[in-house]
Amino acid sequence: MVQYSSDRLDAAYAALSDATRRGVLEQLGHADSSITDLAQTFHMTLTGMRKHVGVLEQAELVSTKKVGRVRTCRLGPRRLEDETAWIERHRRLWESRFDELDKVVEQLQRKEKADGRNERE
Amino acid sequence: MDATSESEPTLMENDAKVERTSDRELVVTRTFNGPARLVFEAWTKPELFRQWWVPKSLGMSLLSCEMDVRVGGGYRLEFDVGAAQPVAFFGTYSEVTPHSRLAWTNEESDEGSVTTVTFAEHGGKTFLVMHELYPSKEALDDAGTGAADAMGESFEQLDELLVTLGASDGPS
Repeated sequence: MVQYSSDRLDAAYAALSDATRRGVLEQLGHADSSITDLAQTFHMTLTGMRKHVGVLEQAELVSTKKVGRVRTCRLGPRRLEDETAWIERHRRLWESRFDELDKVVEQLQRKEKADGRNERE
Repeated sequence: MDATSESEPTLMENDAKVERTSDRELVVTRTFNGPARLVFEAWTKPELFRQWWVPKSLGMSLLSCEMDVRVGGGYRLEFDVGAAQPVAFFGTYSEVTPHSRLAWTNEESDEGSVTTVTFAEHGGKTFLVMHELYPSKEALDDAGTGAADAMGESFEQLDELLVTLGASDGPS
């Protein structure tokens, strides 16, 4: 079950903060690719590319599948219509409600203080 | 549940935490900077409730708001959603414990939820837990969030960013 989707957004944005990883996403946008091919394309070691793919995978921007001895990478599985988006919608609704509720509570507190002062005067 | 341990971690930040705790349950928690009696008042007085329940991003406006806050009392909210007929939400209060607990049913459909809100005060702040229980997984899956349904803005921005990246030139 998905919890606290802002953490996942953070993971996605963190994953996107690196130029190589953005390049990998772009590459996978054209075609699925093995880690070996990606490493060659980006002039990196296999280990280095595995790390980048791992970060993208954790952010759910990329999924990998091992077929035989080759690990193939593809875009996804994150898309708008998944449960992350569902919970994000609810979070946004309640955050905007509660931001307004903050104002109401603040206003009530101010009023209470002012009334208290008036009574003393 | 112990309110002390609950409220501690949330004092640092004021973000609402939203969690689907089961197929049929949604829990939202948040700390408010004020005593429980004032937060409770904002949930139970229509003139205050209507100031915050319908944020602009919901894409609806509230036409009327009636609340008879006592056990067995009813409420009715009518929204203008841009259609010919207003949309009404209504139900009955099933629990009313001043400053600490409030529960109501949603009776506008067979798939309506039961909402329970608790208020726990600590050091002048109020830790609020809103719990919604739906009759089925499908009912919660379909639970509306107003115009926010169409947005999911952060994700759209992320998708746009991905599209932009896909369209740009590749590395040499």
